[in-house]
Amino acid sequence: MTTIKTVARDRTVTHFVSRVLFTLVLVIVSLFFALPMVWLILAPFDATPSLTVSWPDWTLDNFVRLAENPYAMRSILNSLILGVGTMALVIVLGALASYAMSRISIPGRDGILYALLLLSSIVTGTAAMVPTFQLINQLQLINTHVGVILVLAGGILPTVIFILKDFMDSIPKSYEESARLYGAGPFRILKDVVVPIARPGLAFIAIWTIVQVWGNFLVPFLLLRTPDMQPAAVLMYTFYTESGQADLRLISAFSLVFSVPVLLIYFFVNRRYGFRFHGGIKS
Amino acid sequence: MTEATMSAGSVRAPRRRRAEDVAGLGRARATLFAAPGLLLIGLFLLFPAIWTVYLGMTNYRLTGFAAANPEFVGLDNFATALNDPRFWNSLWLTLVFVLVSGIIGQTILGFSLAWMLRNVRPGIKTFVETLVLAAWVIPASVASFLWLALLDRRTGTLNSLLGTEGAAWLIQHPMECIIIFNIWVGTAFSMQLFSSAISAVPPSQLESARMVGANTWQQLRDVILPNIKGHLLTNTLLITLWTFNTFTPYLLTAGGPNGQTDILSVYIYQTAIPGGQLGLGAAISLIMLLINLVIALMYTRVSRGKSGKKVRS
Amino acid sequence: MVTYGKRRLLTAFALTTVGAVVLAGCSGGSEPEAEESGPVTLTLTTNSITGGKNSAEADWIADWVIPEFEKAMEADGKDVTVEFQPQGVDDEDYKTKIALDLQSGKGADIIGMDGIWVGEFAEAGYIKPLSEVGGKAVDDWDGWSQIPEAVQNALSFDGDRYGVPQGADGRVLYYNKDLFAQAGLDEDWAPESWDDILDASRDLKKLDGVTPIQLNAGTAMGEATTMQGLLPVLVGTGEQVYEDGKWIGATDGMEKSLDLYKTIYVDEGLGDPVLQQEASGRDTSFQLFAEGKIGILLEGDYFWRSVINPAEGVGTAPMADRDTAVGYAKIPAIDPGKGINGQDFVSMSGGVGRVLNPNSKHAALAWELLAFMNSPEAYEARAAGTLSISPRNDVNEKLLSSDPMLTFVSEEVLPITAYRPGLAAYPQVSVLLQQATLDVATGSSVDDALKTYVRGLEGVVGPDAISE
Repeated sequence: MTTIKTVARDRTVTHFVSRVLFTLVLVIVSLFFALPMVWLILAPFDATPSLTVSWPDWTLDNFVRLAENPYAMRSILNSLILGVGTMALVIVLGALASYAMSRISIPGRDGILYALLLLSSIVTGTAAMVPTFQLINQLQLINTHVGVILVLAGGILPTVIFILKDFMDSIPKSYEESARLYGAGPFRILKDVVVPIARPGLAFIAIWTIVQVWGNFLVPFLLLRTPDMQPAAVLMYTFYTESGQADLRLISAFSLVFSVPVLLIYFFVNRRYGFRFHGGIKS
Repeated sequence: MTEATMSAGSVRAPRRRRAEDVAGLGRARATLFAAPGLLLIGLFLLFPAIWTVYLGMTNYRLTGFAAANPEFVGLDNFATALNDPRFWNSLWLTLVFVLVSGIIGQTILGFSLAWMLRNVRPGIKTFVETLVLAAWVIPASVASFLWLALLDRRTGTLNSLLGTEGAAWLIQHPMECIIIFNIWVGTAFSMQLFSSAISAVPPSQLESARMVGANTWQQLRDVILPNIKGHLLTNTLLITLWTFNTFTPYLLTAGGPNGQTDILSVYIYQTAIPGGQLGLGAAISLIMLLINLVIALMYTRVSRGKSGKKVRS
Repeated sequence: MVTYGKRRLLTAFALTTVGAVVLAGCSGGSEPEAEESGPVTLTLTTNSITGGKNSAEADWIADWVIPEFEKAMEADGKDVTVEFQPQGVDDEDYKTKIALDLQSGKGADIIGMDGIWVGEFAEAGYIKPLSEVGGKAVDDWDGWSQIPEAVQNALSFDGDRYGVPQGADGRVLYYNKDLFAQAGLDEDWAPESWDDILDASRDLKKLDGVTPIQLNAGTAMGEATTMQGLLPVLVGTGEQVYEDGKWIGATDGMEKSLDLYKTIYVDEGLGDPVLQQEASGRDTSFQLFAEGKIGILLEGDYFWRSVINPAEGVGTAPMADRDTAVGYAKIPAIDPGKGINGQDFVSMSGGVGRVLNPNSKHAALAWELLAFMNSPEAYEARAAGTLSISPRNDVNEKLLSSDPMLTFVSEEVLPITAYRPGLAAYPQVSVLLQQATLDVATGSSVDDALKTYVRGLEGVVGPDAISE
């Protein structure tokens, strides 16, 4: 009798302690992630923001000044154009290519994928910017959003195909088989059968692409000439004063305005499609 | 349905299934499907990449005499790089950075979060996940600014919280700072990944394990891990490559006080842009690529070994 | 089935292609230039942007230069539009961008450029001598007689003028008069040797919570270390960084200069070595000086007019009592008479200006615009925003009288100043110099720092180009 009771009591104690630890760990981790972001929420509303997080001298002046800046708001729009444009291109081409590569075995397919994945790391670096610039120049695409989108998409596509192919691989074939029996062509199958199943993976790719494009400075900076074409990532670096010091009022307000659209897009996509990394139905 | 359950729940998740043309795609059409993507890649990635390889074998600079008259120097740039102690320092720092921040830090934190949150109340789960994902989604320039504000020597939040006024974190512990920063930024990917992977493990297996009295740790080791191994490796490869190539730490420490956080991406940038030596920069990028290649090969070897033959079980 | 799928596929392809073409057409592309007789568009780019970096210059260009010039052209019967393409990013990124533009045969007609880049751009063939591009009108311009030759040299290379300088600047020693009074020092401080500076610093050290002197060091501050740190010190020993075709090696002057750094940062603790390594160390030093926590600071005149300027919205670290609390003095040589050219006092100057693009299709017209931007009226309009030293003597005489500090720089500092060599190798040499100061400030011996410096220098310019 006593033994069971002791065991039961010990179990409860251990259970309690572990629950406390569990909560503690979660709280610490949450704080770790939240702490740097507190500045982002408080500083933009501060009339005299400093680097430290302090209770703000509440004002909306910073946003007013931001709106007065001729390029600031336009740049957010440009970021959206570049982000959504690249995303659309990457999803369409990526879905097509990854599906094809998943279903058909082309010799050396995996090797090619790996090679492309690795090469994409050079091109997104600084050393390849001269060739990229010259190429876009030859194509007369300097100072166009299309040029930037093409370059960004080219750099992102290998990773996308890599991830999506994995995804496509793990989608059960039964659906496609049935669809084929019903007489649908491969394109139709892709569009109406595979894509809906792959939606969570595509959603992840969409978000990932937009996040990559949103923060990219070098490519749009080099390929675009006029400030009304520049995306927010480039404009962020211009918020320095005459002598090159950071203007915290503008930078904090702009940081918030710069971050919010991506966060909203993430929430929207997550809510609508949910994220998933691998296909397969949840059992 | 049963078939789907089975295929999703095999112990050896069939990662490398033989391609089956279930939709009647046919080689020709498949090529057509893949063509536009490959064309884009070929033009905007392959072409500049090959040109960069060529640049790596010249003494090309963006300005100065060598800009107008670049000379082909063959493998000289590679020799220069490999003989430069700064290169080896940079490589060492990068390996440490990737290992601690990417492979260990993000993976472990991501997995722990995914594991801990799997049974938590939806409200709390969403809250924590949102925080972690927000950190990932926020653009790099903003994120680095937030951390600069946090770690500032005089007026930083961390110092005011800890009461350590004047502690110059970025100067005295630069590697630790960028490692933790990178973990903050990147954990979301691992967390999401493991979250999906764990939820794809068939509950029946977990149930059986629990019934035979396995504790949490044993469940983890014997049921979860074998199930997710395949995907785990592929995606850890991605994390490794991404961390290897990330440039964001530059915004935090600009290569660190006296080169203490001079990871390869920073080294290449400083050689190519302020230093103006594009040829040398290209060569170093290539060396970095080769290192990435070695790492990727290591991963494929491990993954091939772990999941055995590529046959459905 | 097959036909159905195929059709779908083709439609998809067609749509994508059409879409791409439409997009390409819709986005702002560069229009082909019209013939000479028709309407002309000139483009102008500088590293300044409204609401951001060098905002005053950007505003001046957009609000005065362009409307006035277009009006003047109209009166002349020419249809000219000027398009301004502001940038406003880090200098290095801006430099990369214009290099790529020029290299590909494009770029704006007038390009803002730092004088220090002129050499490497010329060597690369990106820019050509001004008179070659703009024609005879360039040499005939009356403005040249108003710009001192030294200032012109800032934008010259190999004896040719490549651009027109847009300003002149000089470096001085700023000091906080209140702190000096507290430390028992003379408020009208005029040091005549390095020892004078060190003595004052030692007295300042007695004050609590005050860093006596800030002499830029380290690589974090970039070119600011060389320009507002090592070079003014070096020319005070009578040596220049590049002389007679040779770059300075482990010379006597270098040794003495690095010794000074060692004294300040290591031996006597007169400066804050950790501050030199912080990423925003320079900005922080400005802040600290404004708060009265730094006693002596070596900086350029723009510190006076753009950093501690109390005028509304101008200064980034404004000091309300700037005019009474902040003093400035010429930088002394190590001892009187030991500076370059036998000078008692020394300084360094930079030079930013504008060049003509050899790829320009309307070079003559572009020169007219450039000359217009450098006319006395243009500078007066420019000074309405924030007053600064112009390159022209006539303008300076007229406008600077309202600001004693700028007059001081213009009349007393500019005549004794020195410039950096505009050669392609300079940026790399500068980094080596910065590294040397960093080594010394963090504890290495002067000998070791010099050895490292020379070794690096050999890799950059070759052992033959180094002086002993």
